[in-house]
This record gives sequence, C-alpha cells and structure tokens, in this order.
Amino acid sequence: MTAAAGPIEAAVVWLNDPLNWTNPGGILDRTGEHLAISAAAVLLGCLVAWPIGLWLGHTGRGGGLVVLVANLTLAVPTLALLTILPLTFLGFGRPPVVVALAVFAIPPLLANAYTGVRAVDPEARDAARGMGFSGGQLLRRVELPLAVPYLAAGFRTAAVQVVATAALASFVNGGGLGQIIRAGFGLDIAAGGGQILAGGLLVAGLALLVELVLARVERLVTPRPLRNRGRRAGRRAADAVSGA
Amino acid sequence: MSFRLSYRADPGNPWFSWQYVRDNSDTILTALREHTSLTVRAVLIAVLIAVPLAVAAYWFRALAGPILAVTGVLYTIPSLALFAFLAPYLGIGVVTVLTVVVLYALLVIVRNALAGLTQVPPEVREAAEGMGYGRWGRLFRIDLPLALPGILTGLRLATVSTVALVTVGVVVGRGGLGQLIFAGFQNNFYKAQIMTGTLLCVLLALVFDLALAGAGRLLTPWLRRRSAA
Repeated sequence: MTAAAGPIEAAVVWLNDPLNWTNPGGILDRTGEHLAISAAAVLLGCLVAWPIGLWLGHTGRGGGLVVLVANLTLAVPTLALLTILPLTFLGFGRPPVVVALAVFAIPPLLANAYTGVRAVDPEARDAARGMGFSGGQLLRRVELPLAVPYLAAGFRTAAVQVVATAALASFVNGGGLGQIIRAGFGLDIAAGGGQILAGGLLVAGLALLVELVLARVERLVTPRPLRNRGRRAGRRAADAVSGA
Repeated sequence: MSFRLSYRADPGNPWFSWQYVRDNSDTILTALREHTSLTVRAVLIAVLIAVPLAVAAYWFRALAGPILAVTGVLYTIPSLALFAFLAPYLGIGVVTVLTVVVLYALLVIVRNALAGLTQVPPEVREAAEGMGYGRWGRLFRIDLPLALPGILTGLRLATVSTVALVTVGVVVGRGGLGQLIFAGFQNNFYKAQIMTGTLLCVLLALVFDLALAGAGRLLTPWLRRRSAA
C-alpha cells in the first residue's frame, strides 16, 4: 500500500508548487502574519510581565501570585480566549488574537523575572546597600543586570510558546501559518492530507527556528562567566514554571 | 405567557444564560462526557507509557538523556502541527485526538516521575538492598511509593493541561467542550454557549486537580504524619 507514503509525497508536491508560496494567503504571506502576531504578543507580554515580575522579585513578595497566574493560565483553553476576546471591546481582527497569545506568554516571563531577581546573591545585594544604593538603584544597577540570563530564558520559552500557539489563531481566522492547516482540513482528508502535513511542517519548522535563534541570543546576552551557570539556572526556572 | 413574551422581547446575546443551559442540557452533557472520557483515557495511557519510561531512565542512566530529549521535542511541536502530522495517517476522529494529547502529557509525567525516583535517598536504597530486595521488589515496594509525590505532581499538571488541550481537537471534530465553544463562535458568536463551554473546561480541570490532590493525600499518609509532627 502507498498509504504510508501518500501524505508525505502529497506534502512535498504541495510545498514544491511556487504558487503556494507567492499567492495572496500563500506561505510567505502567512509566515509574515504569523511572525507579526507573535512578535506583538511577546512584546505585550514583556511590557506587562517584566515590570511586575522584577518588582515582585525586588520586594520578595508575591511568589504565590506568580504560581497562581501560571496555574490559572494552564487551565484556560487557548481556544476559549481566542473566541471570547473578539466579542469584547477589543473587536475582531488582530488585537484580540495578540492579547490572547500575550496572556499565555505572561507566566514564563513573569516567573523567570521573579526567579531571576530572587536568585541574585544576597551578598551582592547587601554590598550594594552598603554602598548606599537606594531600592530603585539596587533594582536597576544590580538586580536587573544579574537577572538578564533569566529574563532571556523566559523570553525564549514565551516566544517559542507563542509562535506555537499562534497556529491556533486560524480557528478565528486570525491569520498565520495555521490557516494553511485549517484550509487543508476544510478539504477532504484524502485531498488535503498533503497540505495539512505541509502546514504542520511549516509551523513546527518555524517554532524550531525561533527556538534555535533565541537560544543563540540567550547565550549572547549572558555574560561569559555566567554562561554555564546561567543555562542551568534557566532550566531550573523553566522547571519552576512547569512545577517540576 | 408572560414568560414567553419576555423571552421573545429580548433575544440579546448575554454572556451567560440559564435558559441556554436548560434548553441545551443534552448537547452540553454529551460534550462534557466526551471531554471527560477523552481526558481520563489520555491521562491513563500517558501514565502507562510515561512511568515505565521514567523507570527505564532511572535504572539505565544512559537512557535518561535520550528519553527526556525525545519527550521534550514532542512537547515543543505546536499542538496544531502535531494534529497535522497525525491526521493524514490516523484519520479524523478520537484516535488522533488521544494520540496528540498523550504525546503532550508524556514529558510532564516522565520528568516529574524521574525527579521523584532520583529523590529516593541512597540510604533507603542501600537498606532495601541489604534486606534482600531484588530490583523489581525494590521498585514496587520502595522506589515507586517514595516517588509517588513526584508522580502525582506530574499527573496533576498533565491532567490540567490535557483538559485545556483536548479543545484543540475541534480541528478533527472531536474536541469535547471545545466543540461547544467553537460552535458557539460560529453560530453568530453566541456568547452564552462559548462561556458555558469555557467555564465547564476550567471547572473540569479544577475537579480533576482536587480529586488527584485528594487521592495523593490518601496514598501518601506518611507525608501527612511527617508534616503534622
């Protein structure tokens, strides 16, 4: 039987059709949309989560709140937010999609910002206080720079997650690469199988690419002496989010 | 009569309506039942696969890296892409949804179970060996019971995220409550239906989480005694 080879061959054929790339609503268009939506969502998430996370870490309070936010967003289906938000004052189109995705970007950003500031060596903090730093100076000039590896780890986790979740925006016609998969499912499975598989490959490939690029960025922004420590710490912080 | 009039007078699009829940209790219950059964089956299958994997990684350290890496990669693949990979082969239906959800739950359970197993104190392990426990006896009588808190943590996280993930199954027409949410969106953006589906999802996750937490307390009485002392 060619059943096993069928969808893959069809996917290769579909991907080899130049029109599928350049048509309006083709792969290039959809990739652009996907990246634009994701970037906006991550940016919005950072603007909300980092100041709160850094401040909570600085004051040392609100650890419970961070865990609560992480658990709550775990229980809310993405599909629910994507369908509810367009019916609120946000209206249809891109804003509700961006907000919905930003909601899911917040837990890793928040938790890593919080953990990053908490993980600052207490001796460094004491030394800064001894030098006469005020609370704000301490946060800006000691805690923030030392928390950068954590912030980068959280950024990477959040960005990869948003790029992956953005595929679901296609459920509400929000654009992005998921649209290709949805269109494939709209056809018969025998006719659309190749397109479905091709769309899946594109979405997974994009997520993987973002992961690889941001892993490099994370390494670059981590000061050399912290690199090995930073990576271990980043993994620990990711574990903190998933409760492991 | 007046009831009927008031019903007609303001069709509206409220965020929640008992009228809707009463009139569609059949549909809602069917969706809820499907969602619950999908979640339970998925988590059971995931546990049956993940715990042996964790034990294998615990016994043979060389396997720990590859097992965690493979489950980690599976976890990174976007859910819709995973549906796209499997649907052409497994078809449109329950099997596809179950497979996707199980693959996602694996990582969380494997990682937590492995963490639980590696936290078994070496003295305890040596004492068990000294008492003549073999590899399997030690596993079932010592290691797994002591790793139970870790396994349960993984199980709770996996269950809660599974409840949320099942909704994506609408793409193959088997999304449980997701079906309700999505149909509400397509039927003139009927808010009451979307809201009912969402609330039931969150509620279901909460009920499962509390049930597992309760089961965990019953299964690990020694932890309670220790914290009470």
